[in-house]
Amino acid sequence: MPKLKMPRKSTHVDMTAMCDVAFLLLTFFMLATKFKPDEPVTVTTPNSISEIPLPDADIMMITVDPKGRIFFSVDNPKVREDLINDMDEYKKLGLTDAEKRAFAVGASVGVPFSQLKSYLAADPTQQKEFDKTATGIPTDTTVESEKNELAAWIRTARNANPKLRITIKADADAGYPDIKKIISTLEGWKIFKFNLITGLKAVPPGTAAYDLQNPGMKK
Amino acid sequence: MAEMDTSSSGGHKKGPGVKKGKKLSTRIDLTPMVDLGFLLITFFMYTTTMSKPKTMEINMPYKDENIKEEEQSKVKSSTVITVLLSKEHRIYYYEGIGDDPTKPPQLNVTYFKQKDGIRDVIINKKKAVEELKAQGALAAKDQATIIIKPDEASTYEDLVNMLDEMSINDVKVYAIVDITPVDKEFIAATEQANNAQ
Repeated sequence: MPKLKMPRKSTHVDMTAMCDVAFLLLTFFMLATKFKPDEPVTVTTPNSISEIPLPDADIMMITVDPKGRIFFSVDNPKVREDLINDMDEYKKLGLTDAEKRAFAVGASVGVPFSQLKSYLAADPTQQKEFDKTATGIPTDTTVESEKNELAAWIRTARNANPKLRITIKADADAGYPDIKKIISTLEGWKIFKFNLITGLKAVPPGTAAYDLQNPGMKK
Repeated sequence: MAEMDTSSSGGHKKGPGVKKGKKLSTRIDLTPMVDLGFLLITFFMYTTTMSKPKTMEINMPYKDENIKEEEQSKVKSSTVITVLLSKEHRIYYYEGIGDDPTKPPQLNVTYFKQKDGIRDVIINKKKAVEELKAQGALAAKDQATIIIKPDEASTYEDLVNMLDEMSINDVKVYAIVDITPVDKEFIAATEQANNAQ
């Protein structure tokens, strides 16, 4: 019997192709990534069947945490800058330029006007620490009320950018009275159209909405 | 054989002191680079927010002090179900708008659930209104109407779920209204009656 000679193969694999794939994916993720915005509180939104995506720009977001604390934010740094300048004038907060800049680059605020100056003067880590115990923006059922600071925020923000879309992102466990106050405040400024941020849930089969979505499936 | 000899002696052309330069492979081991690539991919995958949050659009009724009483739209009591959202995700509902003090409405209790929940109540009401329309008891433009009255103990989730039921069941006319003291009494009375049982 002749001896079968097996050719010795190298165990080395050419990594070039794999490297190409890895970097292709990396490029994709880098371009597709939009970093999660810094949020002062974790909010679990309730789910709905609505599929309207949140618009990309011009958003004013009112966040409500489970305890009913209200945080306010606007997405565009340019608008934030105008907003804090107007607010400084309107409420005579006496903010320095550095504090205004801190607001323009920062995230949500959830402090009353009386604490805003010291809040903005603090560095970001201290601000985060403070957010845990912050009282939220005081609000009330009428816009005329002096205590309704949310109304002042909304009005000033809309002056800075009238196109702002108003969204409410509230926790599922937030009490209705807190939401009611926000809705009344919006109504006070004659804003009757706004968006509620929700998670997505499937449309239950056998209902009117399901039939609308799947017109062919009707029995 | 002789050829081999010459080739081997060729290496000593430069003289005995000069070493032959070892031919280096141009291949580089890419494994660490791949590792790095995948590490970064993992990082970006974790930090990315791929799914954008969804929103629910809501239009509140236009409220103006200048609107006169007669300009306001009135709903027919027979098309209406009033839904009271209460604590522990409980739902009380009754037919009509409950404005007749002599005839207190019959309150029923239900929950948000797949079967026999508030959804069936809404579907049945829609059917009933369609039937009344067919009989001519209601005008063609009348529609099933839901009045949502959340009380102080209800949560935001209840409200969103209820609004969601409106879109699930394709209810065109609905309104979120402040709860009245009368409605609170209804709830209290029903709770008491249920505890007594």
